[in-house]
Amino acid sequence: MKRMTKKNRANFLTYGGVILAYLLIRVYDGTVGLSSMIQGLLVPICAYVTMALALNLVVGVSGELSLGHAGFMSVGAFSGTAAAIALQNAIPLAPLRLAVAMAIGAAFAALAGFLIGIPVLRLNGDYLAIVTLAFGEIIKSVFNNLYVGLDAKGFHFSFLNDTVSSRLGAGGKLLIGGPMGISGIKIISSFTAGIILVLLTLVIIFNLVNSRAGRAIMAARDNRIAAESVGVNVTKYKMMAFVTSAALAGAAGGLYTMSLSTVVANKFDFNTSILILVFVVLGGMGNMWGSILSASFLTLLPELLRKFNLDQYRMLVYAIVLIIVMVVTNSPFLQQLVENVTGRFKKEAPAEAEEGGEGNG
Amino acid sequence: MADRVQRRPATKLVPVPSTNKIPERDVDKTPILECRHLGIDFGGLTAVNEFNMAIGRTEIAGLIGPNGAGKTTVFNLLTKVYQPTRGTILLDGLDTHSMNSVQVNRAGIARTFQNIRLFGNLSVEDNVKVGLHNQVRYGMFQGVCRLPGYWRGERVAHERAMELLSIFDMQDLADHQAGSLPYGAQRRLEIVRALATNPSLLLLDEPAAGMNPSETAELMDNIVKIRDTFHIAVLLIEHDMSLVMGICEGICVLNFGEIIAKGTPEEIKNDPQVIEAYLGKKREV
Repeated sequence: MKRMTKKNRANFLTYGGVILAYLLIRVYDGTVGLSSMIQGLLVPICAYVTMALALNLVVGVSGELSLGHAGFMSVGAFSGTAAAIALQNAIPLAPLRLAVAMAIGAAFAALAGFLIGIPVLRLNGDYLAIVTLAFGEIIKSVFNNLYVGLDAKGFHFSFLNDTVSSRLGAGGKLLIGGPMGISGIKIISSFTAGIILVLLTLVIIFNLVNSRAGRAIMAARDNRIAAESVGVNVTKYKMMAFVTSAALAGAAGGLYTMSLSTVVANKFDFNTSILILVFVVLGGMGNMWGSILSASFLTLLPELLRKFNLDQYRMLVYAIVLIIVMVVTNSPFLQQLVENVTGRFKKEAPAEAEEGGEGNG
Repeated sequence: MADRVQRRPATKLVPVPSTNKIPERDVDKTPILECRHLGIDFGGLTAVNEFNMAIGRTEIAGLIGPNGAGKTTVFNLLTKVYQPTRGTILLDGLDTHSMNSVQVNRAGIARTFQNIRLFGNLSVEDNVKVGLHNQVRYGMFQGVCRLPGYWRGERVAHERAMELLSIFDMQDLADHQAGSLPYGAQRRLEIVRALATNPSLLLLDEPAAGMNPSETAELMDNIVKIRDTFHIAVLLIEHDMSLVMGICEGICVLNFGEIIAKGTPEEIKNDPQVIEAYLGKKREV
């Protein structure tokens, strides 16, 4: 049971850290007051943290490389936001409408993940990366050419040409307007909703990883042939991780767009996918804490740079940060230094562990 | 597809005295494994050809032969890592044609690997729990929401894993990372993981590789113990003749993909063809 508590302790530390950060920001906002720039960033940070955690489930836990996670974010964003606008009168309560819209976004993204996963997850190696890359581009094109309207008669769809506007009856509205995207979104996302989504994501991922399904996913990552030899259906469990990740990305997409007044499909392009992958790689694959920190930091970074008028050097700074991280984590000298420093703090830890072991034995 | 293969009921870990320690080739009882005219070609190369063999329900059988004879290929055929080009594999009378690795395992074949294939980043206990994947079941939803089924399943899995690890006295290593274990312990863990899948036939690919004589002797005792406890058949590939001749009741010798001799250890030791191809002649004094 000692092992269980150790694992659980790390998980609860992560939950606690997120809640503590939330409370600190709230208190700071209440007393000192955050600048409007930072305030506007709180929801996007939550959305990107969720995205990083979701992608970490695919990259770190299931060991597949996905280069199209912005595509799932896009699916969730457009379907969720369109649903929120459609439900504006049906559900007047904003938080409830947000939750329903995010659930709808997650469901559509999960469906997209499932459809992509069917052909791809049967294969080994880099195929998933290639196909998800294409998927992201396809989704961008689809939403650039999709027109969806709603009136008393129900939904109207058209593709490539906007025939929806002319068909709409009285009181009808255009939900998705092709390259114009969605405009006139009521901002219903809040920092609290974002933190709840992050916590929910953490709970889902931690509980999944420490269950029968999670072990099967990690077994398939570590050794596919061995996993099959002990009766684990590798495709099924890779699919489970992929669809879960896609659903979480969809919810994050919904949260993100409902904090903006307009959204266009080009927002979720290849750069966004790579950005999320950078969060995961920088934070460490399979390391949820790292993903949270790196996503928060790298989302804040451009705005901090703007303060010093270094805004246009954003991509350069990203590259430098990544290179520094790689150099630091691979340098024997620095590793030794870190070990020495942490070793000083950990001196008492082994004795403690031994005591615990004896107590349990 | 998966539903076609009925899952075998889970066997409890209760020691059952073996009723037949002598090789069993009774005609009225079906063998646990029967290979008929089994063969596979890789392109133009015939790796295994006309492989015919039967293994009794609680028999310990050996598969020996020089390097490159096709021994591991036979294991890969049995576990469907490769699909056979020719021939039939009957597991307990059930044709495994059109099954894949997962289905064959559910039907009752478990194996270890020549080059160890553990789940290196998982703990020892989790490795065994992955082996229990089809024995202790609950859904993903139960796991994510921590419903009662999760707690029940995890408790049973933990107990079973510890029980299985106790075969090799490995309970103390349960928390260690599998990839960091010493070589011998990794080999033993692979056997435990294979046993966790509740097989009726256990395939061991060079279980004694890299072990010293005393470790090998211990392993021999343990293989016999496993057979007697779980009442299963064991087929092993091994180059250590003391192990093969010591515990195998039937031996099959493979050379260039074809069986050159079958029989008891005594028969094999004195077979001129086997001596020529594999064992080697005693030096004339």
